[in-house]
Amino acid sequence: MATTAALSRPAPRETTLAERILQDRNVLGILFMLPAAAFLFLFLTYPLGLGVYLGFTDTRIGRAGVWVGFENYESLWGDSVFWLSVFNTFLYTFVASILKFMLGLWLALLLNEHLPFKALIRAIVLLPWVVPTVLSAIAFWWIFDAQFSIVTWSLQKLGLVQGSINWLGDPQIARASVIAANVWRGIPFVAITLLAGLQTIPPSLHEAATLDGATSWQRFWHITLPMLSPIIAVVMTFSVLFTFTDFQLIYVLTRGGPLNATHLMATLSFQRAIPGGQLGEGAAIAVAMVPFLLGAIMFSYFGLQRRRWQQGGQD
Amino acid sequence: MAAVEIRDVRKSFGATPIIHGVSIDIRDGEFVILVGPSGCGKSTLLRMIAGLENVTGGEIRIADRVVNNMPPKERDIAMVFQNYALYPHMTVADNMAFSMKLRGAPQAEIETRVSKAAGILGLTQLLDRFPRQLSGGQRQRVAMGRAIVRDPQVFLFDEPLSNLDAKLRVAMRTEIKELHQRLKTTTVYVTHDQIEAMTMADKIVVMHDGIVEQMGSPLDLYDRPDNVFVAGFIGSPSMNFITGRVENGAFVTGDGIRLPLGGAPAAAEGRPVIYGLRPEHVSLDDNGVPVEVVVIEPTGSETQVVVKLGAQELVTVFRERIGVQPGAQIRISPNPALVHLFDEATGKRLVA
Repeated sequence: MATTAALSRPAPRETTLAERILQDRNVLGILFMLPAAAFLFLFLTYPLGLGVYLGFTDTRIGRAGVWVGFENYESLWGDSVFWLSVFNTFLYTFVASILKFMLGLWLALLLNEHLPFKALIRAIVLLPWVVPTVLSAIAFWWIFDAQFSIVTWSLQKLGLVQGSINWLGDPQIARASVIAANVWRGIPFVAITLLAGLQTIPPSLHEAATLDGATSWQRFWHITLPMLSPIIAVVMTFSVLFTFTDFQLIYVLTRGGPLNATHLMATLSFQRAIPGGQLGEGAAIAVAMVPFLLGAIMFSYFGLQRRRWQQGGQD
Repeated sequence: MAAVEIRDVRKSFGATPIIHGVSIDIRDGEFVILVGPSGCGKSTLLRMIAGLENVTGGEIRIADRVVNNMPPKERDIAMVFQNYALYPHMTVADNMAFSMKLRGAPQAEIETRVSKAAGILGLTQLLDRFPRQLSGGQRQRVAMGRAIVRDPQVFLFDEPLSNLDAKLRVAMRTEIKELHQRLKTTTVYVTHDQIEAMTMADKIVVMHDGIVEQMGSPLDLYDRPDNVFVAGFIGSPSMNFITGRVENGAFVTGDGIRLPLGGAPAAAEGRPVIYGLRPEHVSLDDNGVPVEVVVIEPTGSETQVVVKLGAQELVTVFRERIGVQPGAQIRISPNPALVHLFDEATGKRLVA
């Protein structure tokens, strides 16, 4: 009996070393992560690392550079065009973000009301966001044309302006023009995301506030805005990041001109590195953006933290 | 405190009429409950009193002022919502003080009123919490506190207990009733739960498909329902209905079984009628009608037995414990004095 039982059961097979390693949770975990890690390294870490490295060299196009330490940064420190681009970037980001926020919130509040053809209007609002930037930038280029601008034409017909307006040729007007184009393009993102946020506010809160005697302005100030604040933090962080690193719009509309008045750090970096051939210096300008972007991310980190009233908690 | 008069009020959403002319008189200090199945228009009516829905036709008066076109904040009412509608970003104290802050009341007065309301509701320990940190019952109490602080003419409650678990619901029922006895503020309360209506109301208004089926004190509705709908809606378990005819002063079912009647109205003789029998108005009786036991559901305090009378199942409730098995035969007899007769065609009560 004992022998037959022992024979009928298959003897435990010897597991090989390879099998045992493959069955280890940690090894398996690393194995499954490898493809994703490889992608991240190849397309994210390597270019970023290369950029940072180039910033410390005097590489030019067609000539491998040597390590020069902080020389590029020292020369940028005394470079007025660089500082102008920093100023431009801040002005551009600050003004455009505020306008995008205010207009986007206003649009979201409008779209949250009962409108006829609401779905269609929402789809149309998304258009500027959907169209490729270069395409809309070319359209704006035509709108801002010194001779054929439809805006100038309209103002002339209304009798508000006599001559023509040099939309992209005058430093101050050019700054305003590119900001306007950026705002036009950025509003849909803000509006649609805030609209999604508005729709999560239960209507009964507004009804309760109405019964409590709140006017529509008080309801906005005491109910809508505080309830929306977590989403505003997310949206505006992203909006600031997108605006700060903007390149396409400026590059198509003005290429940084006139007199570098619209040069952003991103466009200046490209200008110095590729057409100018100074890869090292261009990379240094790009790396100089990192502290500012980190600042924006820190802002989002604290802004995104859940408010005290959002924290759950059971007795 | 004020009386509320609702005169022939109508409401349509677009071309669809929802409420077809409702008139209700609510006396000063009365606790009135609007009850009915979902879609009967009871919440819409409440929201019209609050001013959250406009009135298509008719007139609503609060304290002798027509309020049809008055904005909600001028109506001097407070409402407790089904989901409580507490402001999540404000503490309990701020939630309760919000209406007074908007009105620009002095800080000292706000504090006195809030702490008084918190004292009444036992919220004093919770004033610094946010709604998210409260349990369902506590949130419910904060919602009531917000209403009390206002010291309004009328309290409106829109199914305030339906988000609570069964045990808490019973406790809050008592609490709301106590609160009403203490403050004596006119209250209009909407619910779909007839037990809530029976236990709390001074007056129940049973609504169905946008009309008032019957209005009266809880026991009036229980004892003398005007029609089949009210008879079936009030009472738990609900009334049994058996169709048949009245022959020689007794009721004969479709299967030819005779059931006793306590003085049938003469007009009912020979007509098709509905015989309404409450489960609790049946007793075991050796001379009664033989029925077959289908299901026995003991609840401890009583025994609920589903029996088969001919082809029809009846629900019966007995105070005593019955030791029978499904399939057994028992004999029961209805209490003839407590039987209700309704006209089969109109569903109206036939009065003896």
